[in-house]
Amino acid sequence: MYSQGLIGAKTETTEDEAFLAAFQARIDAEEKIEPNDPMPEGYRRTLIRQIGQHAHSEIVGMLPEGNWITRAPSLRRKAALLAKVQDEGGHGLYLYSAAETLGVSREEMTEELLSGKAKYSSIFNYPTLTWADIGAIGWLVDGAAIMNQIPLCRCSYGPYARAMIRVCKEESFHQRQGYEIMMTLARGTPEQKEMAQDALNRWWWPSLMMFGPHDADSQHGDQSMKWKIKRFTNDELRQKFVDATVPQGEFIGLTFPDPDLKWNEEKGGYDFGAIDWDEFWRVVKGHGPMNRERIAARQKAWDDGAWVREAALAHAEKRKARRAAAKMAAE
Amino acid sequence: MAAAAAVSGEALTAFLLRLADDHLIIGHRLSEWCGHAPMLEEDLAMPNMALDLIGQARTLYQYAGEVEGKGRDEDQIAYVRRERDYVNCLMAERENGDFAHTMLRQLHFAAFMQPLWQGMLSSRDERLAGIAAKAEKEVAYHIRHAGEWVVRLGDGTEESTRRMKAAVEALAPYVDELFESDAVTKAMAEAGIAPDPATLRPAFDAIVGPIFAEAGLAWVETQHGQTGGRQGRHGEALGFLLAELQHMQRTYPGMIW
Repeated sequence: MYSQGLIGAKTETTEDEAFLAAFQARIDAEEKIEPNDPMPEGYRRTLIRQIGQHAHSEIVGMLPEGNWITRAPSLRRKAALLAKVQDEGGHGLYLYSAAETLGVSREEMTEELLSGKAKYSSIFNYPTLTWADIGAIGWLVDGAAIMNQIPLCRCSYGPYARAMIRVCKEESFHQRQGYEIMMTLARGTPEQKEMAQDALNRWWWPSLMMFGPHDADSQHGDQSMKWKIKRFTNDELRQKFVDATVPQGEFIGLTFPDPDLKWNEEKGGYDFGAIDWDEFWRVVKGHGPMNRERIAARQKAWDDGAWVREAALAHAEKRKARRAAAKMAAE
Repeated sequence: MAAAAAVSGEALTAFLLRLADDHLIIGHRLSEWCGHAPMLEEDLAMPNMALDLIGQARTLYQYAGEVEGKGRDEDQIAYVRRERDYVNCLMAERENGDFAHTMLRQLHFAAFMQPLWQGMLSSRDERLAGIAAKAEKEVAYHIRHAGEWVVRLGDGTEESTRRMKAAVEALAPYVDELFESDAVTKAMAEAGIAPDPATLRPAFDAIVGPIFAEAGLAWVETQHGQTGGRQGRHGEALGFLLAELQHMQRTYPGMIW
């Protein structure tokens, strides 16, 4: 799951005009750019940043959902949640691999995540308080991610586009699964319905923030669009998400926490209220309810696992040395 | 249920519950790692094994519920019993500890289960034979995965060797219980439903022995094996595991999720 308008990437680039024009011509011809192709530094940097953020979001995203694996209410839900969180880890793995094709290592990216230099989707800085949050995350957060990621299947960078095709299939399954959790709750007992409504109340606005700042305030949109890393603007994607999601919520009898939300016949979409951008930036800058805990959990896993990773390397070296010695002895 | 004539439903239910509890509890323990593993690959591998184990538990609980005939479904059996009613082996409930403990616990359990599942492939109970056919493939992967880690860690760095040896010491008291035999296991063996665990020790040793040898680990003989799991006498940690596991079913009884 992921998605957030890219934050803080530097798209400026220093190549000469002929190089940039030739590159742009390939992009305009819808050719895929592959790892060994010439590419502007700004393009490479933007992609490393974006794919890295995307991978980190998958990994950090395992934490809020993992929070409910041991408390899932039935064996069927427990197995489904385990499988889902495992899928997110898998997405992280192939996204890190896609980023590695651009000349950055997983270790470097992990260090940037832990130091706070690299961002991840801010939605994961909110806590999962009840079981309904697992439904809400699947329905809303994965739903928002899909809006962003379907166009990424046509991203100009080949390895990223190909990774997205598989990711999208799984996310779409997660979204349906999350919605089905919400539907079960909404049609359940009054306590269950209240739990579902409370989760929607808490996750709705952060989900809208996942698409990033308004187009007018977005610094990097234009160049990413020109390079066909992005295909739609933040506001376009947000509108698509609202239009797809509101009827789903109403269908199961839930109410969206936005008094200004109403269908606009003329534009053929919903109008919705103002997003609290102060909250968005506060959370992006590290002051959300769970920012510190999320990074601390990743840091702890990394530190506690250091001896395991070292042992695996040491053992591989020993095996190699033994094989070499055996070969020498045989000769 | 082909073998029902030869064995009482009560004994078969008791046997199925033991197996199911083993798989649920150790699967739950493994799932506690999800998102906190030493490397991303293990964040995929451990939930993968947990999924196998919980999947096996589900088919066993479902079958136990049918044999029992009291109308309990898998969740009512898995979630709504008291601590003393859980009959998993103590090995399954041991806390994760470090990665060395978790991998060794998994190896021990899988090396016990592999010959048990293999014996059940030809069970006179067709339903169990079917469950065994799937589980036997899964457990082979668990042995390979956990076994490779036991070797890497046992023969890795000074620290990993120390931790692996500590895990061997810590888990040694819980090995013998796996092979205990009693009226239930004997009834299963006599009816041709499942091998008696007491006969599986050589197969276990044949799996674990070469892995320990490659890892440079010495087997620790224990004079003071712990027992009681099959009678519902557990360690203190199980209550906390159950408190988490049962949280929703206890707080919101009888609801559909």
